[in-house]
Amino acid sequence: MKKLINDPKHVVDEGVAGFAAAHDDIVRASTDPVFVVRTDAPRSGKVGIVSGGGSGHEPLHAGFVGYGMLDAAVPGAVFTSPTPDPIVAATKAVDGGAGVLHIVKNYTGDVLNFETAADLAAADGVNVRSMIVNDDVAVQDSLYTAGRRGVAGTVLVEKIAGAAAERGDSLEEVTAIAERVNANVRSMGVALTPCVVPHAGEPSFILAEDEIEIGIGIHGEPGREKIKLEPADSIVERMLGPIVDDLPYTSGDKVLLLVNGMGGTPQVELYIVYRHAAEVLKSQGIEVVRSLVGNYTTSLEMQGMSLSVLKLDDELTELWDAPVQTAALRWGR
Amino acid sequence: MTLGTQWAIDWTRACAAVIAEHRVELITLDRDIGDGDHGENMDRGFSAVTPKLDELSADAVPADVLKMVATTLISTVGGASGPLYGTAFLKASVAVGSEPELDPAAVVALLRAARDGIVLRGKAETGDKTMIDAWTPAVDAAVQAQVAGEDEAGVLAAAAAAAEHGAEATEPLVARKGRASYLGERAIGHRDPGAQSTALLLRAAATVAAGGSGNGS
Repeated sequence: MKKLINDPKHVVDEGVAGFAAAHDDIVRASTDPVFVVRTDAPRSGKVGIVSGGGSGHEPLHAGFVGYGMLDAAVPGAVFTSPTPDPIVAATKAVDGGAGVLHIVKNYTGDVLNFETAADLAAADGVNVRSMIVNDDVAVQDSLYTAGRRGVAGTVLVEKIAGAAAERGDSLEEVTAIAERVNANVRSMGVALTPCVVPHAGEPSFILAEDEIEIGIGIHGEPGREKIKLEPADSIVERMLGPIVDDLPYTSGDKVLLLVNGMGGTPQVELYIVYRHAAEVLKSQGIEVVRSLVGNYTTSLEMQGMSLSVLKLDDELTELWDAPVQTAALRWGR
Repeated sequence: MTLGTQWAIDWTRACAAVIAEHRVELITLDRDIGDGDHGENMDRGFSAVTPKLDELSADAVPADVLKMVATTLISTVGGASGPLYGTAFLKASVAVGSEPELDPAAVVALLRAARDGIVLRGKAETGDKTMIDAWTPAVDAAVQAQVAGEDEAGVLAAAAAAAEHGAEATEPLVARKGRASYLGERAIGHRDPGAQSTALLLRAAATVAAGGSGNGS
């Protein structure tokens, strides 16, 4: 497997250094411990929002640090949760006196490390709240698993909660908005090829040349089933069905449709997917009023994509439309 | 012969050595049913631990060693195993208190506190195909050995053997916690990497207590 790296041990450090250098108008990076923070943090009186998780999902999360979204992001090693120390440091760096919200994807490591960090930060006097994103409908039986995973819907939670914090909402209000987005978003992914963790050097799972995996997680964890490759439209239908049935989304709903690339799929294929996903939703009376198409929650070089549908109301729409200025999302400012 | 600070230090070095030696094996086990980072994360953690052994004060007791291991693992390992093993060593350190020498009862208390800490953090139960499936048989075997009058090394030897058996016994299980839980029945036939690393660490403890190098080979 060819990779554009120097040393597997320095993938995160060097990636973060480059990211901070390229976007020094928006962020600065702390190197020990490693986290990325808005240049203007902490903002007095504004709720701080911190997210983080294993690296390899870029632009999640550092790409969403900036005005109207996250105040800080904490990258762990590739596909490995960050430890509590940098999370605590980032939390303190963004605490402007109004408290700090941790947005955590539902993976065992992320939950345990953020839990420990929240305890430590609270012991030092920071008012910390946590919310867990678990939008992945591919995990069917939450009773017998670690629960539904947090996947691309996280981007929507971060954008909308970030806008709420920017307009001056309290910690309780920002947390409630984030929970509301999570309650109204559902996602599912598909992989066409596996990904290779740099220090492992081998694919994390195997797919035959003509095989795809429906319901894949963002680290290549298995999904619902392996099937033979099909045309894009029928893959879209396989994935949208469980998403729509789960909330459920019904005729008359206004939604945001996110087609998220896993890292190795060309933009043109994502638009082929978007085209049919929007058609299918429309045929069910579900109106797509906002859209986002691109690589936002990736899985290294994996080919594949995920669909996320978020049911919007007027307030969530207004917060989605609010100005944002980050490396990966930028509008209205 | 009781187990003192030197045993705790030697055990820590032996842990680092055995994890480094089995790094690829743990990565492979984790790639089969998880995300392939367990060996890398544990190796990073224990590599950070050993230099700190030289910074311990001359009057350090076993609990000081265990606490240093705990805080270092929490700060360096990441993933789920960082907080889980970190909590295990932290609770173990509290359990042995300021005792300079650990007798068989203290060794049992150490193991039990470590196991309880992992359960508290990770909320796994026996049979969920996690490191608990190595820890709980180890604690049970340690209790039996202590009751039967074994010395410290005998208690640890019993615990290590039970942990190894417990790790092996995770192979036919379906996982209900952690990333392997997403595999459903596809996890059957694979050994849990956390249970395997637990077996390695406890075998190192027993080997060192028995006077060996603890390199596990």
